[in-house]
Amino acid sequence: MRHDHLLSAGQLDRADIEGLLDRAARIAADPETVRDRLTDSLLALCFFEPSTRTKLSFEAATKRLGGDVIDMGSVDSSSVTKGESLADTVRVIEGYADGIVLRHPSEGAAKLAAEHVSVPVCNAGDGAGQHPSQTLLDLYTMREAAGLDDLTVGIVGDLKYGRTVHSLAAALTEFDARMHFVSPPSLQLPRSVQYDLHEAGARLREHESLDGLLPELDVLYVTRIQRERFPDEDEYREVAGQYRIDETTLADARDDLTIMHPLPRVDEIAPTVDDTDHATYFQQAHNGVPVRMALLDALLGGEEA
Amino acid sequence: MTDDGGDEQLRVSKIRDGTVIDHVAAGQALNVLSLLEIDGTSGLGVSVVMHVPSDRLGQKDVVKVEGRELSQSEVDVLSLFAPAATVNIVREYEVVEKTRVDRPDRVSGVLDCPNRSCITNADEPTQATFAVLEDGVRCEYCDTIVREELGELLSV
Repeated sequence: MRHDHLLSAGQLDRADIEGLLDRAARIAADPETVRDRLTDSLLALCFFEPSTRTKLSFEAATKRLGGDVIDMGSVDSSSVTKGESLADTVRVIEGYADGIVLRHPSEGAAKLAAEHVSVPVCNAGDGAGQHPSQTLLDLYTMREAAGLDDLTVGIVGDLKYGRTVHSLAAALTEFDARMHFVSPPSLQLPRSVQYDLHEAGARLREHESLDGLLPELDVLYVTRIQRERFPDEDEYREVAGQYRIDETTLADARDDLTIMHPLPRVDEIAPTVDDTDHATYFQQAHNGVPVRMALLDALLGGEEA
Repeated sequence: MTDDGGDEQLRVSKIRDGTVIDHVAAGQALNVLSLLEIDGTSGLGVSVVMHVPSDRLGQKDVVKVEGRELSQSEVDVLSLFAPAATVNIVREYEVVEKTRVDRPDRVSGVLDCPNRSCITNADEPTQATFAVLEDGVRCEYCDTIVREELGELLSV
């Protein structure tokens, strides 16, 4: 990878992505070979929004590479509550650490941070913007389950505010995947993502319903529809219910359909689906560690060992 | 009225030194003034003609500013609101320079991002910066694309 920072999935071309996924696969197969790659390296975890999987998997990845982390902790206990700007915060932290993993509620926060520091910045989610490290583990999971060639992917849920969706859609264009986007009209892809997909010549269709779509799909990527996107509880329940995945929904799915979810889920995938061969979301979450090891190794460790 | 500026109505407000921005899309003159941070308090002599007939545009606006010459970067930014504009620099009543606006690749510090959760709207040391698309602008921080009502985003 030729980049100083990882800010958005769009900055990665197919060769970048395949290089990282290959590196992740080698790490997963033999973690011992990289156990000392980041010895003496410190990674700063700056999470201005709550996170479980992303934060813990970055921490696990760093430690499994022989490095360590410093953690800003919750925003409530930081000087952010005193009104410090993000630019100042990261300029201070770059003096403490060799790299910064940033999650922030504002879109563009990672780009701004990267403009103010010289250590690598990894965007771990910026508002409704991007979540590129999630995309790498999503692609890793898809590659293991279905391969990345000639792929047909259905992406369902909150496409407007879902940062995992925005990053994933950008990356899938590099593999010429066929994409089906399924959402209520109010949560369709934002203009910028549609613009980029059309510019890239992506093969995509938009739908309001999953009806008839499942037999076409290799992968169904489910995202959470959040209550706060709707004016009232009834409307939310009605919409969310339309996209719930359960055994009935899956009746006409192909046997080899892979179901993914960036997690956390609320009730968009029924627990009964967990026991089917379709369910891949927990493995997907586990893949976060080797993929983030590969990413950190590329960003902080220099040339591959 | 003809398009070449040689008409009686425009001669009425002929300026001695300054800038005449001609062929502004009809209705955009006030945005042009806003873009130039001309709000009437600076003492500059300003004439605005709106919705007058134009051979080239059908209708056009014209803005004349006494005592101020636009820089090339200001001229380029004008293109967002007045892509067909011609800019005449006037000295001693004579047009000494006549330029067409060129669409810039990006504009910085001119427009505010309409996305309230864009980092450029937080209290950070940065200016909203937009890539200029064929049919709009795109925030380089949050990717928001704006195609209409650009005038409402003017940060001046």
